Amino acid sequence: MSGPNTDYDPVEVTPLQAEQVAAMRDDAVAAFAAARDLDELKLARLDHAGDRSPLALANREIGALPPQARKEAGQRVGEARGAVSRALAERTAVLEAEAEQRMLEEETVDVTLPTGRRRPGSRHPLTLMGDYIADLFVAMGWEVAEGPVLEAEWLNFDALNLGPDHPARTMQDTFWTDPADDHLVLRTHTSPVQARTMLSRTPPIYVICPGRVFRTDPYDATHSPMFHQVEGLVVDEGITMAHLKGTLDHFAQQMFGEGITTRFRPSYFPFTEPSAEVDMVCFVCRGVPGAVEDCRTCRGEGWIEWGGCGVVNPRVLRACGVDSERYRGFAFGMGIDRSFMFRSGAEDLRALLEGDVRFASAFGTDW
Amino acid sequence: MRAPVSWIREYAALPAGLGSAELAAKLTALGLKLESLERPGAEITGPLVIGRVLTMEPEPQKNGKTINWCTVDVGDANGTGDPQGIVCGAHNFAPGDLVVVVLPGGVLPGGFEISARKTYGHVSAGMICSSRELGIGDDHDGIIVLPADAGEPGRDARPVLGLDEEVIEFEINPDRAYALSLRGVAREAAMGFASSYADPCNRPVPAANDDGYPVLVEDPAGCPVFVARTVTGFDATAPSPDWLQRRVRLAGMRPISLAVDVTNYVMLETGRPIHGYDGDRLRGPLVVRRAATGERLTTLDGVDRELSTEDLVVCDDSGAIGLGGVMGGETTEMSDATSTVVIEAAHWDPVSMFRTGKRHRLTSEAGKRNERGVDPTICEMAADRVAELLTTYGGGTVSPGVTVVGTPPTAESIRIGYDLPGAVAGMPIDSETVVADLQAIGCHVERDSDGVDGVGGVTVTPPSWRPDLTDPYDLVEEVVRIVGYDRVPSVVPVPPVGRGLTRDQRLRRRIGRTLAALGCVEVVSFPFVGDEAFGALGLPDDDPRRHTVRLSNPLSTEKPQYTTTLLPGVIEAAGRNLGRGALGVSLFETGTVAIPTDRGPAPIYGVDRRPSTAELEKLFEAIPAQPLHLAAVLSGEHDPAGWWGTGRDADWSDAVEVARELGRELGVAVRVEQAEQMPWHPSRCARLLVAGADRELELGFAGELHPHVCHAHGLPRGSAAVEIDLDVLMSRALDVRPAPEFSLQPVAKEDVALVVDDGVPASVVEAALREGAGELLESIRLFDVYTGPQAGAGKKSLAFALRFRAADRTLTEAEAGAARAAAVASAASAVGAVQR
Repeated sequence: MSGPNTDYDPVEVTPLQAEQVAAMRDDAVAAFAAARDLDELKLARLDHAGDRSPLALANREIGALPPQARKEAGQRVGEARGAVSRALAERTAVLEAEAEQRMLEEETVDVTLPTGRRRPGSRHPLTLMGDYIADLFVAMGWEVAEGPVLEAEWLNFDALNLGPDHPARTMQDTFWTDPADDHLVLRTHTSPVQARTMLSRTPPIYVICPGRVFRTDPYDATHSPMFHQVEGLVVDEGITMAHLKGTLDHFAQQMFGEGITTRFRPSYFPFTEPSAEVDMVCFVCRGVPGAVEDCRTCRGEGWIEWGGCGVVNPRVLRACGVDSERYRGFAFGMGIDRSFMFRSGAEDLRALLEGDVRFASAFGTDW
Repeated sequence: MRAPVSWIREYAALPAGLGSAELAAKLTALGLKLESLERPGAEITGPLVIGRVLTMEPEPQKNGKTINWCTVDVGDANGTGDPQGIVCGAHNFAPGDLVVVVLPGGVLPGGFEISARKTYGHVSAGMICSSRELGIGDDHDGIIVLPADAGEPGRDARPVLGLDEEVIEFEINPDRAYALSLRGVAREAAMGFASSYADPCNRPVPAANDDGYPVLVEDPAGCPVFVARTVTGFDATAPSPDWLQRRVRLAGMRPISLAVDVTNYVMLETGRPIHGYDGDRLRGPLVVRRAATGERLTTLDGVDRELSTEDLVVCDDSGAIGLGGVMGGETTEMSDATSTVVIEAAHWDPVSMFRTGKRHRLTSEAGKRNERGVDPTICEMAADRVAELLTTYGGGTVSPGVTVVGTPPTAESIRIGYDLPGAVAGMPIDSETVVADLQAIGCHVERDSDGVDGVGGVTVTPPSWRPDLTDPYDLVEEVVRIVGYDRVPSVVPVPPVGRGLTRDQRLRRRIGRTLAALGCVEVVSFPFVGDEAFGALGLPDDDPRRHTVRLSNPLSTEKPQYTTTLLPGVIEAAGRNLGRGALGVSLFETGTVAIPTDRGPAPIYGVDRRPSTAELEKLFEAIPAQPLHLAAVLSGEHDPAGWWGTGRDADWSDAVEVARELGRELGVAVRVEQAEQMPWHPSRCARLLVAGADRELELGFAGELHPHVCHAHGLPRGSAAVEIDLDVLMSRALDVRPAPEFSLQPVAKEDVALVVDDGVPASVVEAALREGAGELLESIRLFDVYTGPQAGAGKKSLAFALRFRAADRTLTEAEAGAARAAAVASAASAVGAVQR
């Protein structure tokens, strides 16, 4: 800093005196602080920081000072203007934040308003269940096999050891096409898919066959002329009933929960020998007598009939060109509709086939 | 098959304390499945006794009824020995009759508690019961009058009524025909509990001679054995003994007369159906043959039947008098006047029985057994048993003549290795067990003298009552079920590496999810249709969709055809939803339809070998084509109105969008063109096309449903539908999608409005713009359609938003303008478009 100035005109530089500059600065800061919103702040800015504001005018007068005084006055005015500009920025930030806050508050909505502008779609629960079952088996390395619904009589019956005079043919009341000697049927089970698979592939075969089947049953709460089945077929070397049991135990647990095991009862199917009915532990009372009072699901028996199964009859292997000395197989089948009703607690089969969206849309798009 | 437990115990010496539930569970585990366990008297408690009516005083009442004030001897059952005073409203009895009395303190079915109460001016101390009140019949016209020898007054009435009986009803599988008899059920029960067994067919019979009723079997293949016995001097009006009636009733048959009851009883006992002829009405020898062409017979059920030349008939000189093994004829039916009974116990060919039963739609207890296979060796025993029972209870004598024609077929022996049952079951089963179990079911078992195949095995001759045992695996099932299915271990098999879902399986799931994402709900419908459904869709008479596969035995004669289109099902379901109050509905269904090939009939091949590849091809060709279709209906409210603004109803464009969205999802370009096709509105119908290998393929149709179709199905006008062939769509689906390349340069936007003739499709204008715009064009979108004075009469204005972008640079205004001009010029030359 240089030495004190002594040769300036005190009248001419009044506005540049320290008290004056400080007053201008303080007026400006006070005006900014008094501004209640950005509009008032804008006016205050014009008054106190604009081109015609006292500090701006004072700044212009610095040039009129004697050179000795310029530096000191310039410094004083500069500092004041800096303070004003900082005050303006600070106030601007505060008021902008306030304004934004007000705006955000004004934009309040009632978030409890309904939001469904479009109806949700869904897939049919039987489709979902079929996919779910397919996925279970695909995860084990099996594949999904399919075949047509209108099927050759030979594939639906003869190839499966159901000869033309087999009494079991009356067990499955069959829809025949017209004329009946065209030897075409609406498949009564998904088993012709097994025959097709054996006819078209060589073992080892591990396939699951979900599909739609038909029988001339009346249409009521538990019967339908059209329903859905899933069958499994394994043909490999060294296959045993134990493999069948293991597969069904796994299947039952995946479908109905841990601890749901199966039991076999001797039965009769032309395409399997030995044959068995497969029951599973009631998933409601868990087969524990008295655990659920009057268990309606199993009627207190502790077991639920689930499907049929057995060792593939060597006659079937022969008709389908599989070496029955080298290979053995097992097969099982159960109703998808029935399994679905178990799982969901649905009590009327007809709900599945009526197309009422209140039913179908309850299950979403995946199981 | 209904088996009274006491009857089972007559042949099987079961443990004394064995409960019926335990017995039923064991038999179920052996393969005779418990259907129900009946305990008829289980709901009755307290004193139910035999009473003798001593006096009855009819007392007319003010209400017009007459009641009887009775005194009844109930022995000491009432504790005093004095007669019991009881009011009874029935009139079908007289003093001296034995009746069933429930005394105060007793409870009848339904929780009906009996107490002494004042009624009609008397204190009635108990009740004389009807069978309905006891829950054993529907007869409530009168009270039960017991036979005179029913027992002493005061004794428990339960045994007389069979109320102490328990009956197990089994579901018998078709291969276990032997279990359609008490003989067979008891054999299994004895085996299950290692009890001794007395075969009811094990009885001495007189040797055959030439003095019996003459029988000529012309068709020994159809009737290998025919046994005839004769009873003379028989009183057909004699009642069946009470015990026999009771057993027949417990087994589910109705007592009719002594002769009928006895034949039914012996059938239940042995499994062998028996027929009795009125010997006085027979004319000449019995002849078994196939029916002649045009021959007729009126069977016992009163139906006059035209016979087939495959039906086995029993004839006498008058012609056919019975459908052998299935049902007798009217002309020789036994009656109250019958004094001579000719008993027929014959073995019939099961296949012939099955066919005759099916042909004439006849199901009978006899037919059921004969078609499944009855023990052919017990004809003589069964006939002898019938003769014995008839003469015991109906008097008369058994004629010494015994006719036996033919010899029973013998079972073929089967060889199995010792290891087979265990190998199939997946658990160790030793050779001793194999032999013991096969013997337990009655097989004759011969061990190999030396081990064949290094393992050794047995040659097994099945017993005469097991015609189902023909293959080694049949014997495996027998051994494993006796060892116990519940002992089979649980082992998850390990398959070779799998390949997951097939391409089509994955695509189908994607299609379903895409439709759900569009807001459609999947439904499942029956595929059966009739002309009415096609009519409701307005399909012309020559529409190919009317050419269907027909069913010969439809459930409903109105819907005898397998559908060629999924529209009827989804449209009906939509109508149902709207009818139930839905404001709008979007439904879809995927499923196969059937297109007749008219290349039938499908061949039937043998089953002793695989058909050749050529044979299989012929088989597959005869099966109707069954393409996978998708149909969707969008009807009524599509987007609901709400606080956000107005909603909108579904229209034709939603249906077209379904197809387009599926195309996008599967990477297939779907081209849309104007078309006319029922059931769509003739001016609002789109044909959907996809590019094929060498030509365009028709995917299907979409648009607004014809107003008539909407009306016929209860849908609001404007409802839309789409049906496409998914097989076509999936065949074109992109398997591998190349990664897209896109520019990061700025976009240049240009809008154009073009006036064209009303009839020019927007898609054509767009295509022309696209072609003219060149490779700088990134996208084009029609954003407005205007018709009105400013466009001019017969004209419309189409407004397009074009976006241009270069791969390597910012486009100049001049470049974008030039591209836009080229696009407009192209549209001008293609369709005469004029820029607004």
